[in-house]
Amino acid sequence: MAFRDKTSTLAEAVGELRDGMTIGIGGWGSRRKPMALVRALARSDVKDLTIVTYGGPDLGLLCAAGKVKRAYYGFVSLDSAPFYDPWFAKARTSGAIESREMDEGMLKAGLQAASTRLPFLPVRAGLGSAVFDFWEGELTTVESPYPDTDGRTQTLVAMPALTLDAAFVHLDAADVHGNAGYSGVDPYFDDLYMGSAANRYLEADRILPTDELFAEFGPQRLVLNRMNVDRVVHAPNGAHFTFAGGYGRDEAFQRFYASSAADDEDWAAFRARFLDVDEAVYQEEVTRWHAEQEDQK
Amino acid sequence: MSTAEITRAEYCAGACADIFSGAGEIMASPMAPMALIGARVARLSTEPDLLITDGEAFLLSDTPAVGAAGAAEGWMPFSKVFDVIGSGRRHVVMGANQIDRYGNQNLSAFGSHRQPTRQMFGLRGAPGNTLGHATSYWVARHSTRVFVDAVDIVCGVGFDKVDAANPAFDDLNIHRVVTNLGVFDFDGPGRTMRARSLHPGVAAGEVAENTGFQIAGLESAPVTAPPSEEQLRLIREVVDPRSTRDREVKS
Repeated sequence: MAFRDKTSTLAEAVGELRDGMTIGIGGWGSRRKPMALVRALARSDVKDLTIVTYGGPDLGLLCAAGKVKRAYYGFVSLDSAPFYDPWFAKARTSGAIESREMDEGMLKAGLQAASTRLPFLPVRAGLGSAVFDFWEGELTTVESPYPDTDGRTQTLVAMPALTLDAAFVHLDAADVHGNAGYSGVDPYFDDLYMGSAANRYLEADRILPTDELFAEFGPQRLVLNRMNVDRVVHAPNGAHFTFAGGYGRDEAFQRFYASSAADDEDWAAFRARFLDVDEAVYQEEVTRWHAEQEDQK
Repeated sequence: MSTAEITRAEYCAGACADIFSGAGEIMASPMAPMALIGARVARLSTEPDLLITDGEAFLLSDTPAVGAAGAAEGWMPFSKVFDVIGSGRRHVVMGANQIDRYGNQNLSAFGSHRQPTRQMFGLRGAPGNTLGHATSYWVARHSTRVFVDAVDIVCGVGFDKVDAANPAFDDLNIHRVVTNLGVFDFDGPGRTMRARSLHPGVAAGEVAENTGFQIAGLESAPVTAPPSEEQLRLIREVVDPRSTRDREVKS
């Protein structure tokens, strides 16, 4: 067996990205976000990005780094107090980004369309709501070719395919070829993101031999197979401060992230210590930060 | 047990349970603690077939207290929730940062959609929920900030948005709005908000003062019925023994 070894560094992965790309980010809110890839993208030179996400601090951090031109999202939430992402809020209230806000189910339909090479999928969600205001002429409806039994005809939203230049996802474990599994309760939409993208980037807490991966996770938890993965990045604790299967959300650090955004000096310190550094230093500094919190108790 | 001993929060929990009367074997999706208490009390009293979740991805076979774990009967990850929304077999109880007389709801942002003055969650599932299945709202603090003449951003769809020629709107069903002051529906003139009942001690004038539009039937609204004795026991001893309800509605 000689399947390709796709293991890569974060720098190699992010080095393939270009200005103006559309990037989809897996996970949900502040759950199992590919934060190591997001941090690497935030400190890269790439700019003017369009981001597609069930948004959490992934979108927030990219807004903080000034990388986002436009965002397609159903919501942006930290999932626990203080709930609202401070950098996304700043980007919106300052008018810094274009928003293609939509219903959560529309986002799924857009990824399903892209991953099956359909131009659109019909959905009910969005009719009568402000979605059309956010899309400013980019969204339209489609009339069913089949009348209902009472003779009336359904007019539905034609959710366009959300075709991605690149996708990022975080799973608990992978083999070097790109087969990957999760141990949590929800696969989210990571397979759809990868299926919708030209370049597919997977980060994983652990890299295992294929037979061990299969034995540990079993077939139903292996939500990705190697045909939808181009690069595999070993990123232990990479989803921090969101959760992945082996660790919970770092609630204290998430609150620290949110409170640091409220003050310019605090944010400069946060950025210097946790964002302008590589992933290994980030992880060391997080450990050190927790030790400091303990000392102060 | 005399009704005088029943707190406002307990009336609210009972009214939230009543949201699900007759719902049958569908998924209840309450988004706030009070609505969650209501759904669980409903399942333990009048609606034993309701499906409830742990708030993550499991359907619960137990009906545990708020914040407690329980045994599961099934799996409901986010991807499957969207399929349930499409099927119509769900009743959601959402919150609302703003709501208007036709039931349009906003939880996205205040101000303009291009550059809001305050950013909240975004549209979330509200556009699809409202077109897909029964939707109710729980509002812990009834005020003119929430009950406004027109919402800034339409997330949940109200009755004035219905295109009667388009069957895609046929299932729009804004069932109830329960607040700390009363219980409302949209059976007023032209499908506008109507008072079904006001909680004990709440005067029509107090509701009018705290609402940015006219509510039908306010003067003639009866007093909210108390939860049954069994429901009261369930609220106090089984579903919410730690009184999270009192943190949402002060007694």
